[in-house]
Amino acid sequence: MTRQQGAAEKSAVLVLGCPQVPVQTGIALYLISQLRKKGIRATIAGNRAARLLIEVSDPERHYISEVMDLDRYISELAEQKRDFDYHFVFIHNDAGVSYGATVQALTGSPVIAVIYGEHFQEVAGDIEFPCEKVMAKAVHNPMPLKNKLDEVLPWVVSNL
Amino acid sequence: MGCIESLSYEIILQGASFKECRDFVRANCHEYLDVQPGFKIFEKPTIGVPPISIGLDGDTITFPYTKPCYGTFLLRVSNHEEAERIRVAAKAGKK
Repeated sequence: MTRQQGAAEKSAVLVLGCPQVPVQTGIALYLISQLRKKGIRATIAGNRAARLLIEVSDPERHYISEVMDLDRYISELAEQKRDFDYHFVFIHNDAGVSYGATVQALTGSPVIAVIYGEHFQEVAGDIEFPCEKVMAKAVHNPMPLKNKLDEVLPWVVSNL
Repeated sequence: MGCIESLSYEIILQGASFKECRDFVRANCHEYLDVQPGFKIFEKPTIGVPPISIGLDGDTITFPYTKPCYGTFLLRVSNHEEAERIRVAAKAGKK
């Protein structure tokens, strides 16, 4: 199994869900920038629409580096070809919970569930797998979720 | 999951929760096997909350298929080779 980084640099993957909730793309780019400040290189995994939204939002690739297909990411985890130091799974619906549970079952690395959307508490209640939860009611306005990330990210990446 | 989409499948449940899919398989399939996420069906890792129940009725396989934007579908596909492979691999605990 390979990891992305050299001896010093850690790696993270942001697992994006369906981009139907507007805050996802902005929060993903913000999280990449915050992780970079902590010396963590972030990869994006998502379906085509989620990937294109990210790529169009950062055409000069100031923030994003590797972008990969969601199915390929899951396959490589399942086949133990690759892993990351942190898995940030964006969750706003039942499908997101399923992806989060899958990632948690396939990796030995910490999973951080980033939970948002109109029904974030209900969705969070469906999560029974071990993970750290960062959650806020955020649909169009990213600030509640950004503020939560600001609160917990230093703790998350230093303690996990 | 391109190869699934190229198969002849029947949609049993649409927009279902992972729990509804599990309950349906356990209640309605002659035989079921519980597998972990990542267990391969038609060469693709299964997405879901463990345990994921896969139903078998002879050569007919009933299994959940999750898409990020559309939720979870419960699909039914008839395929002798894959049904036999699943019986062997799931009982052996393989992915």
